[in-house]
Amino acid sequence: MELHPFPYLFLIPLFPLLGAVVNGLFGARLQRRMGKNAVHALAIAMPWASFAVAATAFATLAGLSGESAVHQSLWPWFSIGQFNADMAFSMDRLSGVMTLIVTFVGSLIHVYSTGYMHDEQSYWRFFAYLNLFMFAMLVLVLGDSFLTMFVGWEGVGLCSYLLISFWYKDSKNAAAGMKAFVVNRVGDAGFLIGLALLIWALFPENLTGLSFREVQEVVTNPAVRDRLLSSEVFGVGLVSLICVLFFVGATGKSAQIPLYVWLPDAMAGPTPVSALIHAATMVTAGVYMVARLNFLFALSPAAMTVVATVGALTAIFAATIGLFQYDIKKVLAYSTVSQLGFMFMAVGVGAYWVGIFHLMTHAFFKACLFLGAGSVIMGCHHEQDMRHMGGLSKLMPVTAITYLLACFAIAGFPFFSGFFSKDEILWKVFDTGNLLLPGGGKLLWLLGALAAVCTSFYMFRSYYLTFSGAYRGHGYPHESPRSVTFVLSILGILSVVGGYVGLPILWGLPNWFEHWLEPVFEPSAPFILSAGGTHATEWTLMLASVGIALAGFLAARWLYKGAANPVPARLLSSPNPALRFVHRLVFNKYYVDEAYQAAFVRKSLDLSRVLYRFDQGVIDFIVNACGTVSRFFSAIQGWIDYRLVDGMVNGVATLMVTGGRVLKVTQTGRIQSYVYGIMGGAIALVVAAWWLY
Amino acid sequence: MTVGLVHYLVVAAALFSLGLFTVLTRRNAVAILMGVELILNAANVNFAAFSRFTAQNVGGQVMALFGIVLAAAEACVALAIVLAVFRTFRSVDVNDTDKLRG
Repeated sequence: MELHPFPYLFLIPLFPLLGAVVNGLFGARLQRRMGKNAVHALAIAMPWASFAVAATAFATLAGLSGESAVHQSLWPWFSIGQFNADMAFSMDRLSGVMTLIVTFVGSLIHVYSTGYMHDEQSYWRFFAYLNLFMFAMLVLVLGDSFLTMFVGWEGVGLCSYLLISFWYKDSKNAAAGMKAFVVNRVGDAGFLIGLALLIWALFPENLTGLSFREVQEVVTNPAVRDRLLSSEVFGVGLVSLICVLFFVGATGKSAQIPLYVWLPDAMAGPTPVSALIHAATMVTAGVYMVARLNFLFALSPAAMTVVATVGALTAIFAATIGLFQYDIKKVLAYSTVSQLGFMFMAVGVGAYWVGIFHLMTHAFFKACLFLGAGSVIMGCHHEQDMRHMGGLSKLMPVTAITYLLACFAIAGFPFFSGFFSKDEILWKVFDTGNLLLPGGGKLLWLLGALAAVCTSFYMFRSYYLTFSGAYRGHGYPHESPRSVTFVLSILGILSVVGGYVGLPILWGLPNWFEHWLEPVFEPSAPFILSAGGTHATEWTLMLASVGIALAGFLAARWLYKGAANPVPARLLSSPNPALRFVHRLVFNKYYVDEAYQAAFVRKSLDLSRVLYRFDQGVIDFIVNACGTVSRFFSAIQGWIDYRLVDGMVNGVATLMVTGGRVLKVTQTGRIQSYVYGIMGGAIALVVAAWWLY
Repeated sequence: MTVGLVHYLVVAAALFSLGLFTVLTRRNAVAILMGVELILNAANVNFAAFSRFTAQNVGGQVMALFGIVLAAAEACVALAIVLAVFRTFRSVDVNDTDKLRG
């Protein structure tokens, strides 16, 4: 791999950082003196500037050979012996795609926020956080090494926390932020342990640094690879263990089973945040990381199986929860978890480019859906319950159309962006030869297909509940301001055409996206096996995908269009115990939160109570005992000081005073008495001299 | 009978004793100064006598001359002090000037 120096790469993360610093430090004053326009002018200009630089870098990259990357080393961070860590950014074809998605969608959402957050008091704080998030995310994506990536990884976690609890005066929001942070820490621990294990494993191989390039070079060396593959820790393959630990980090950040629980709660944050961080960019960091480490993951079929299985389970699990939610943002949250599951299925079976492809199309249509939901919430005076919506398609035409387009995309209707990516995922999963499951990927394909039916169903359910029939809420809904509809239109269009960069080869069309990313995934390519599915199978599966999308769509249309069908209400009030049980189970999200509450939260609270007792009983006792002992000794010392030392000092003074009082009698002030003294002294001297000699 | 050293010394001792007596007994500051003059002159007599009888040179007699000059200077300064004392205390009685009593 060759590196092409590009001295402006640092500007990409620097611009948003600048915006965050200026708005964070002087935003309040800026807003008071010059109004909100000054705040958002700066906050919006910075990500767009980043996007411009990123586009330039991308263009430079496009002119280079496939394996090269544009690179900028900022400063040497630290070095230990042979081991050097630089603070460096590099953009290869994978991170280039990610950077463009992040800066472009991020900039659009900044524009959208001016409309959505318009009445917010701490407008400046919101934009400062949003810019800070952009900075952290770009460091994550552009980071040249595990360490730089980890800086961004933690940074986005922090910003996510800050933005979820943006309205911190409501304790529910603060708790949601805390939950996200704590759950992410669990994942981060996995990441760190994986990294440590990786360093430990590669250190004997003269690893000179932790940049992805260097690690990849070492790992792709056949001798090293054989050694790594044959070594075991605790009876588990070393590579598998490292990969699974990294994947634990990814499950935290990307909301996969078992660490997905924070994402639905994260909807407590402002809607643009949900769109940017919790749908389009940050949560995809885990997918990006697995794709980045493809040279490692491809070595371990066990790790790949874990990734793909967890992805498939998450996809179906979250999709079923989404079926019964009434909060429009909750539906989208579970949909995001489910779609992330699809991405992990793709990277789990080694179809890395497909995972990134779905990541990109998902960024477009899910951002569009979230922003549309935000527009609806704004229009309905901060109502989020879909039962109190309805009939909005006439009142909010732009929102309705873009939402519908995004629904078609996420459901996977042919010629919409989601179709190309999701169909490709399902095909790759079906056709994989890498998994250790019986039947290869067929079982996971089935789960994925079921999840896709659910996806189509709940998305159109949300569309019909929100936009069709008569309005059931209070007040008069209104279309959102131009800043909102403008962004919605762009994302709506991208939801349709965004997939055309990766058209199926099956149709005899060029797949630019796969071709573009191919060199990045070159080192893992030899390990990715196919089950040998034929074109006929692929065509069949594609037809099945279309059928899946249609089935979900038609069911939702039949049940919910215009709120006219009595079946849903009848089903919900059905006395059938089995039906009631299933509904209650799914409606309450399988009681996972409650289970976690019982298993972890309450246990940690118990533990903290025990520790509190220990603290009170033992530690405080020791501290108090130390206090008592030193009080005792200091009492003795005080006595000595008071009696002995002060006694001596006072004694000297008393001696002086008494002596003075006695001797002052001799000082009469009369000259003649002194002369008597002198005479007496002289006589005494004479007598003494006479007597002595 | 020749007049020897002892005669001079007896005279000087008498002078000294009278001077000392005056200093010790008189209350008047000017009278005390007179006593001091007597004591100084007793010392001068001794200088001259010892110079004449034992040293065989004039060093002691010169010293006596210095003593006279000194006595004059002393009388001058002392009388000025007595004048100042009188201005302050309206008295030259040394018993009245006991401001420095302890």
